[in-house]
Amino acid sequence: MAKTMSKPGGSRRPDPIRKPVKALPFPLSLGQTAVGKKWLMALTGVGLLGFVVAHMIGNLHVYEGPARLAEYAETLRTLGAGLFPRGVILWIMRLGLIAMFGIHIWAAVTLNQMNLKASPGSYPGGRDYIAANFASRTMRWTGPIILLYLLFHLADLTWGWWLGDKFVHGDPYHNLDASMNRIPVLAIYIVANIALAIHIFHGAWSMFQSLGINNPKYNSLRRGIAVSLAGLVLVGNLSFPILNAAGLTDEDNRKCDPYAENVLECLEEQLVEEH
Amino acid sequence: MTGYSDVLDSKVPDGPIADKWTNHKFNMKLVNPSNKRKFEVIVVGTGLAGASAAATMGELGYKVKAFTFHDSPRRAHSIAAQGGINAAKNYQNDGDSVHRLFYDTVKGGDYRSREANVHRLAEVSVNIIDQAAAQGVPFAREYGGLLANRSFGGAQVSRTFYARGQTGQQLLLGAYSALMRQVNLGGVDLYNRQEMLELVVKDGQACGIVCRDVITGEISSHSAHAVVLATGGYGNVYYLSTNAMMCNTTATWRAHRKGAMFANPCYTQIHPTCIPSSDPFQSKLTLMSESLRNDGRIWVPDSFDESRAASDIPESDRDYYLERKYPAFGNLVPRDVASRNAKTVVDAGKGVGPLKNGVYLDFAEAIARDGEDTVRAKYGNLFDMYERITGENPYKQPMRIYPATHYTMGGLWVDYHLMTTVPGCYAIGEANFSDHGANRLGASALMQGLADGYFVLPYTIGDYLSTSLGHDPVGNDDPVFKDAIADVTDRTNRWLSINGTKSVDHYHRELGKLVWDYIGMERNKNGLEKAISEITSLEEEFHKNVRVLGSADTLNQSLEKAGRVSDFFELAKLKARDALVREESAGGHFREEHQTEEGEAKRDDENFAHVTAWDWNDEATPQTEHREQLTFENVALTQRSYK
Amino acid sequence: MHLTLKVWRQEPGQNGMFQTYEAPGISEDMSFLEMLDVVNERLIEEGTAPIVFESDCREGICGTCDLMIDGQAHGPEKATATCQLHMRKYNDGDHITIEPWRAASFPVIRDLAVDRSALDAIQEAGGYISAPTGSASDANLTPVPKDAADSAMDAAACIGCGACVAACPNSAAQLFTSAKVMHLNLLPQGQAERWKRTEAMVETMEEYFGSCTNHGECHEACPKEISLDFIALMNKDYVKSKIKNRKLSGQK
Repeated sequence: MAKTMSKPGGSRRPDPIRKPVKALPFPLSLGQTAVGKKWLMALTGVGLLGFVVAHMIGNLHVYEGPARLAEYAETLRTLGAGLFPRGVILWIMRLGLIAMFGIHIWAAVTLNQMNLKASPGSYPGGRDYIAANFASRTMRWTGPIILLYLLFHLADLTWGWWLGDKFVHGDPYHNLDASMNRIPVLAIYIVANIALAIHIFHGAWSMFQSLGINNPKYNSLRRGIAVSLAGLVLVGNLSFPILNAAGLTDEDNRKCDPYAENVLECLEEQLVEEH
Repeated sequence: MTGYSDVLDSKVPDGPIADKWTNHKFNMKLVNPSNKRKFEVIVVGTGLAGASAAATMGELGYKVKAFTFHDSPRRAHSIAAQGGINAAKNYQNDGDSVHRLFYDTVKGGDYRSREANVHRLAEVSVNIIDQAAAQGVPFAREYGGLLANRSFGGAQVSRTFYARGQTGQQLLLGAYSALMRQVNLGGVDLYNRQEMLELVVKDGQACGIVCRDVITGEISSHSAHAVVLATGGYGNVYYLSTNAMMCNTTATWRAHRKGAMFANPCYTQIHPTCIPSSDPFQSKLTLMSESLRNDGRIWVPDSFDESRAASDIPESDRDYYLERKYPAFGNLVPRDVASRNAKTVVDAGKGVGPLKNGVYLDFAEAIARDGEDTVRAKYGNLFDMYERITGENPYKQPMRIYPATHYTMGGLWVDYHLMTTVPGCYAIGEANFSDHGANRLGASALMQGLADGYFVLPYTIGDYLSTSLGHDPVGNDDPVFKDAIADVTDRTNRWLSINGTKSVDHYHRELGKLVWDYIGMERNKNGLEKAISEITSLEEEFHKNVRVLGSADTLNQSLEKAGRVSDFFELAKLKARDALVREESAGGHFREEHQTEEGEAKRDDENFAHVTAWDWNDEATPQTEHREQLTFENVALTQRSYK
Repeated sequence: MHLTLKVWRQEPGQNGMFQTYEAPGISEDMSFLEMLDVVNERLIEEGTAPIVFESDCREGICGTCDLMIDGQAHGPEKATATCQLHMRKYNDGDHITIEPWRAASFPVIRDLAVDRSALDAIQEAGGYISAPTGSASDANLTPVPKDAADSAMDAAACIGCGACVAACPNSAAQLFTSAKVMHLNLLPQGQAERWKRTEAMVETMEEYFGSCTNHGECHEACPKEISLDFIALMNKDYVKSKIKNRKLSGQK
């Protein structure tokens, strides 16, 4: 606990808990203060939220069957095909995402350190929270859960670490079904997506505050937007395992055998037929 | 009177009243800008007067040390003023002028104030509004963006500027921000948590102060070329008042004991619209802004044993006694008139509320006329406050109000320069006696505090300082400081060694009862004499039997209070003596022996148109009375009539 | 009514702990602090050092009183400072826990009294409009739209009690600072120093206090119900202060 000391001139004032730092040039200067970091966190949060929503919407192609989903995946790889080689735009987007994740996490960790320093911990007599809700108080837990899940998710469905022989590159429909058939994965998926929705519930509202988007004309909408986004992501993402378990996206009626050599060609042919 | 007046030189400049201040500013000696930094000035207290004076002198270039016993200058009790601040801007085009404000203030003060001071106050009032607006004080505005005004108790023009019901807070935040700017720039050294316990005088001139650090108990001295006391009034001598818990007279009383004469201690303003006390452990009374009287109607039931709820009492059974007795002013009569009338009806047994100790202030008519929303917009925060304290909803049933001590017009005697009778020691704001005479008009306290601090003292202090150019302040190692520190240390330790049986608060409460009963709204000779003897014996008991626990080297609130209450005892005796010698009724001083047939205050202009200033002798010898004769050249003395 | 109090007692330089005191004979018309006065009076008679707590105006405007009552800054009543909390909110037999406000920059002085002067450091850094005495023009030369004046007043209503810091799980002083910053930033008079002020006050705040994570506890604890909107507006002004070309700040 800071001790009370006298400032020259006699004014009694506690010692600061942080020393002012030399200002870096803009925009690095934003990263030096908590308000600036929160601003960066909100901006990257907007980007990451955009990714989460787009990812969820894109994945809805799963309900159109294996061929359409594979087409969607291929479309992502061939974005800007006329101008850029295959996969370049996707990689640029991935790098952007990684950067946003990096900044978001770095800001969260350093702000958390600052808050631990500023706050001596709990009240021994107990605290009664009124406005702070479960979402706002668990950001520092839902965040890491989402990060761990993200790594798991990549390893599982992008790199195919655990599916092993069952992983078929280029057939996400099959991979999804194979992955969801394992109970532990299903559990992890559901828990992580609930955490994600909770994170978005507070984050999407918090973002308006941190960015200073404030106007009495539309302030009342802010909470609604946060709830809708969290709900949308939750419903969309949870539909995949639930409807899979319900048999909607299983592989019983599949035309192309995922383990056949020519599965990708088969899917292409099926797509042409469907068109 | 000549035997009295030769001692006190008010230094009022010659010339027509409207030119006195302008000419005087030109005639006073100036301190060259490069010399200002050679002068050190101590300002004690950081309320409106203290903060504005410290900031302004810091801006001028003086080396200022500002002292407050709070953690922040922002906590000073000026912050609690609700209603507003007067200024002769005439923005409402209703015929206001400097002269009218001057006239109203002298008249409102029942012709017991110094004309020249009041005129100066009215002159600078307009600058205060400009200054405050420039600092960002969020005054109420009209839709066009210009400043709004309202009329306030006793005034027939709308000249009161306000910031919701928190005008004092906002003006103090303005002065405080100016002060903090100077602290940041190095013009002012701020000493917080330091309570001034002694004025140090050498060769008849004030040269510094002794303070106790309320956190560590360390006793230290500070020297300067001049000392400014801006430490407020002595209303807490009543124990129950609208003053804050820590308001006290110690700084001014210590200066008094060092030779600063104390003027008019009998003048105390009793504010008519406070919430009546509800139990014996009440620690303070809460004021509701007087602006409530603009729309509220005051009444009591006709019948002595009325038991119906207010809303069930028909119009025919109500006595709107102010409207009945004073048709022209009605509910807006000056504070002392409103207060005394409330006391009369309550004493007669017509009081309302569980303890029958209040009168109704009824908004039913205003709500019916303007709608609840309009009333809420005007007084919402006051209504909320009332409901929090009493648990009653004033939109549904009338408020209950009763008078309480609010402001003290008396204080250290100062001349036109605001200097006390100790050269180099100044008193500003409520701490001095200067501008309000026997009674202060509503919305004038903020005006006076800021006038003194922003626009008067910073000029007049130069006239004194310029004479000591080339002299360093008396050193902190001088024997006068060492003696003063030893004195204060002894005094502090003495409280701890008494180890009696009763708490300081107990004695303060008992003292307060005596002062309220005998030197309250109405005084008489017998009561005052009784007060002196009873206060004296209670004081003796206090010094023998008070119990102060703990040690002197830490935050010890009982110890702080013991010193303050001890000074209140001495002040209470002087207050009674002052009330005793003033054989007339004027403003906040009402002697039962001197009233008209209608029960109104009856002045005696022939014998009492003077300021009574008391000079300290020693503990064993009562103070000596001095008088400053007041002359009225610009205002005709009339018996006040608000009929 | 008869209450049981669990009060934090702490001597300077030592660790504190809870002590239990009985409070019999409490009237429901008393304020919370008057209830403590009564307990103290009895403690003094018994020869026990009275409980140290701070208060001054006792009408909810000076911001001196500061108690954590049953886990809530200023106690259970909304928009009410401790001094305005009345015992009619409580029932006979209630147990009440009272402890000091806690933040690294609010060190405990003794018992329930804490040092909140760090808030003054923020004000000192720029919480003013530079208008030396005598330099002001006529007040009506600068019209202030009523909405802006009202909003500035909403912010300026802050009493600087520090409940926002005490209630914040991060000990952030965002609500206090934003109230002080936006009071001045919203007014035409405050425009000249707007960016400099915002930058200085925010950065000084961060030397003493934590960061805002938008819980909203501060607003709930605030006796003046200062709006969270001011935090958003301050955040915006702060980031702008970093980007703004101040050489052009005289232009719209």
